[in-house]
Amino acid sequence: MGEAIVVTSGKGGVGKTTTSANLGTALALLGKKVCMVDTDIGLRNLDVVMGLENRIIYDICDVAEGRCRLNQALVKDKRFEELYMLPAAQTKDKHAVSPEQIKDIILELKKDFEYIIIDCPAGIEQGFKNAIAGADRAIVVTTPENAAVRDADRIIGLLESASLSAPRLVVNRIRPNMVRSGDMLDIEDILQVLNIELIGIVPDDEHVIKAANMGEPTVMNPDSKASLAYRNIARRILGDTVPLMPMDQKKSVLTRMKKFLGMG
Amino acid sequence: MTTKSLITIKGVKDGLVFLLDDQCEFTDLLRDLRDKLEHTPHFFNGPIVYVDVKLGARSITEEQKSEILDILKMKGNLLIRSLQSDDKVEKQPDYQVHTLTGIVRSGQVLRHQGNLLFLGDVNPGGMIICTGDIYVCGALRGTVHAGAEGDHNAIITASLFSPTQLRIADVISRPPDEWGVTQTQMEVAYVDNGQMQIDKITNLQRIRQDLKMFKGV
Repeated sequence: MGEAIVVTSGKGGVGKTTTSANLGTALALLGKKVCMVDTDIGLRNLDVVMGLENRIIYDICDVAEGRCRLNQALVKDKRFEELYMLPAAQTKDKHAVSPEQIKDIILELKKDFEYIIIDCPAGIEQGFKNAIAGADRAIVVTTPENAAVRDADRIIGLLESASLSAPRLVVNRIRPNMVRSGDMLDIEDILQVLNIELIGIVPDDEHVIKAANMGEPTVMNPDSKASLAYRNIARRILGDTVPLMPMDQKKSVLTRMKKFLGMG
Repeated sequence: MTTKSLITIKGVKDGLVFLLDDQCEFTDLLRDLRDKLEHTPHFFNGPIVYVDVKLGARSITEEQKSEILDILKMKGNLLIRSLQSDDKVEKQPDYQVHTLTGIVRSGQVLRHQGNLLFLGDVNPGGMIICTGDIYVCGALRGTVHAGAEGDHNAIITASLFSPTQLRIADVISRPPDEWGVTQTQMEVAYVDNGQMQIDKITNLQRIRQDLKMFKGV
């Protein structure tokens, strides 16, 4: 029996889909059998970020309504043998499926996959209720902004009342130099309010945007800081103890020289 | 008359018992008592009767006591034998505080009848609404409403006092910007002359004399 993890945030644009795509890929990279499920019906994105848009034939609504079998709708990733995606429907809306239907689909997927990553839509309405219906655990994504933290707090409250207790937090798009200058909320401030377990911090990285546009998850690029952060989060999901990446990335002239000379 | 009379008169073996309502305003009670005596003259013009006055759960001051007696004395034939309220028998309930723990997160509302000790944080966007006092043992970053049913004597305290908004009865206050994070001691909010005031927790005794104070030896 696999584990279903919902990636949610409340606020839009904080990086739910990016996080889902990268965690799914990172887990596949670590040799796990993974299925990503896009529950953002009407505004599907996960397929675009994964670069699998042109392979979609059936979607989650077709499965829910019995127009196809579940494994007919699964889209196999082009990079990994054991990474699949269940796309959302683009032409319908959130009311096209019910939480019970999603729950059944997730339960079915758990038989075949080790990890199911559920990409949740923004908001707290039907789409959110659908997304969390079949989940065993939750990862809450936030960015270091007051509005995002406020919404994350709201979501944590809703998760707790849906007895998805102990959600874990990803703080996305940290800019270390802005934190240092005091212009950005730091991790400590966020944790003080949200008071949940931190599972990772992801630095703001231009490569993430570039990679998403190319339909290639950032984790595939081992040189990107964000990539390393996502790989670490994936390892923490598996239960490994991985220390947080040092945020201070300002390298001294000496280490840069060393690296240049191949000594670092 | 829309409501039931505030005064009930019962005849007993050796006189009359006046049962006075204990929920209404005292002034209404006096008015009704006066009405009753004036509008039933035949009843009170006979021989001398003994009267027992029972005030129910109402406790009255000496002044109020003499006001009642003055009205009854208007009728010469009434001899007041006793004037009792049973509040002395029924001890006033002790100040009770309900204790809860957790986090009130954004969008959540914690409602409580009475006084509340909350061991945990109130996050921005979260709210506690209480008919009595609110004590937050934790960070107060959201909104709290004490004395929600109009009790101006209600107070709010918090270990970390950084609320979005404070409300006591119908008084609403936004914390001034200078509150910031410099606060080092626990604070209490209360209403004085219709204005929200903030003070050190150690001055609570001056604000609320009804709370029992610890006095060392």
